[in-house]
Amino acid sequence: MHREMKARDLRVSWLQKMGPLAGLLLIIILLSTISHDFLSMSNIFNVLRQISINALLAFGMTLVILTGGIDLSVGSILALSGVLTAGMMGMGIEPWLASLIGIIAGAVMGSINGLLITKGRVAPFIATLATMSLFRGLTLVYSEGRPIISDDYSFVIMGQGYFLEIPIPVIWILICFFVLGFILKNTPFGRHIYALGGNEEAALLAGIRTVGVKVAVYTLSGIFAALAGIILTARLSSAQPTMGTGYELSAIAAVVLGGTSLTGGKGWITGTLIGAMIIGVLDNGLNLLNVSSFYQQVVKGAVILIAVLLDRSQKT
Amino acid sequence: MMKKISGFLMVALLVSGMLVGCTSKSALENEKKDKELKVGFSLSTLNNPFFVSLRDGAQKEAKQKGAELIVADAQDDTAKQASDVEDLIQKKVDILLINPTDSKAVAAAIRSANKAKIPVITVDRATEGGKVLSHIASDNVEGGKMAGKYMLDQLGDKGKVIELEGIPGTTAARDRGQGFHKALQGHNKVKILASQPANFERAKGLSVMENLLQREKDVQAVFAHNDEMALGALEAIRAAKKEIMVVGFDATEDAVKAVKKGTLSATIAQKPEEIGKQAVDISMRASKGEKVKEFYPVSLKLVTKK
Repeated sequence: MHREMKARDLRVSWLQKMGPLAGLLLIIILLSTISHDFLSMSNIFNVLRQISINALLAFGMTLVILTGGIDLSVGSILALSGVLTAGMMGMGIEPWLASLIGIIAGAVMGSINGLLITKGRVAPFIATLATMSLFRGLTLVYSEGRPIISDDYSFVIMGQGYFLEIPIPVIWILICFFVLGFILKNTPFGRHIYALGGNEEAALLAGIRTVGVKVAVYTLSGIFAALAGIILTARLSSAQPTMGTGYELSAIAAVVLGGTSLTGGKGWITGTLIGAMIIGVLDNGLNLLNVSSFYQQVVKGAVILIAVLLDRSQKT
Repeated sequence: MMKKISGFLMVALLVSGMLVGCTSKSALENEKKDKELKVGFSLSTLNNPFFVSLRDGAQKEAKQKGAELIVADAQDDTAKQASDVEDLIQKKVDILLINPTDSKAVAAAIRSANKAKIPVITVDRATEGGKVLSHIASDNVEGGKMAGKYMLDQLGDKGKVIELEGIPGTTAARDRGQGFHKALQGHNKVKILASQPANFERAKGLSVMENLLQREKDVQAVFAHNDEMALGALEAIRAAKKEIMVVGFDATEDAVKAVKKGTLSATIAQKPEEIGKQAVDISMRASKGEKVKEFYPVSLKLVTKK
């Protein structure tokens, strides 16, 4: 039963898979012909490091959207986990332990979302809209509205360091990417996520514990957001109470650009990584070309629209 | 039962006591301060050192010039500000100073003051509705110019610079940028390599600077429209192991620390006391029937290590 469902729901056609990738390649080719600095090794790593935050948020968001939900609170979870981690280190706690506490805080916040949505029967949009404000408020309370400095070397390298010439944030997204890809494709939990998003009632009838799957998915989203918050704090050598504001929209954009359907049940994690790259490459390219601030927003909006429209035309 | 009744009596006693206290006090005040100008000041928040200094400046000036200043703290709540302004109108103030929590939301409160024929002067933040007599705020154009002049000085009139802009379309970004460009005008050996938006955010300041450093290997200075972006840019510069002078704006706590440490070259500070002082001064002049200007820019100061 599960296997049949998987075969039907997982089907992202070859064309659909090629759409986002073709879009990314097109932008890369275009930018590298206009700007000589674009295709340098150092700039490629630079872009990859910059997309790490958005990619992590978008990974969690992909799982949530696959179940037919949405998580608007990721930017706030990022901020609260970040200031908690920085605050703990300020109290003299070891960086690894402080980071672990931050991650656990993210998991707790995510599971609160999950419980509100399943046990509390609140629509995901409303539940996470409320917790978005709640967690942001707690961030401001905890930090007293001030940045918390965290320049401990062993912590800062998590965001600024290199491992074999590769920026450490890039290694983080690669690990998360492969683990998630494996989970989605090869585990019952992964198949249940697709089944749930495809048809919740059918999934329930098939004996899938939908409540458990949903809570797990929102918890994972919280964990990814916390990890993003810790990496961003390490990159900035400080945690800002306002950091991550509006990041949920970029994450959703990356998921959709990657071809995952907002109605759930259809999508893939590779697409999300490509979507995050499209956004990152675009930001980078606009800076390199010194495009005026007003036009930047026009270009970004237009690219997102074109990408989604291209995707649409392929599906019909 | 007895407990409940005695509790009720206690409350009743307390309340009546308070009422008596209030009325007698305000009656006294009315007698005493008949001739004094009564200025109402609705502040957006006192949970921020900037606005506390602003209030202190206003209070000092009021004391010196012999005006009565009634301060209301909206605690960054637009609804509370609306009722604060209503209260001040009820108290029959002669003139209202309003430091809006939000430019749009404050318009209704200003209109009710207009209706009560009480002149309004906005402070620090402007309004998008209602009639105001005057507006008093820091001169962002002048601040941008100061940053530019300092940079020219430090660069010895030649070099390549990058500008990190605030949120496109905001007055702060527009004015600070305008002042900066004005200062650099005519100095042909100073070239602005790029002007890019980083939305007043530290994280964005970092990534935009990282991107620009990919293109520009030879940069001597960066001007950021606020300290957050400047501090973000500093992280990018440090990671790239470069020596680039960075000038910020606002003199936030973090930025002043960075200036003392020598990582941030300079920042521009507003003078909140001066803003408060001028606000009261202009109210007094206006109430004497003097003609006042639409806008009073308050000067800023440069903060450097020395």
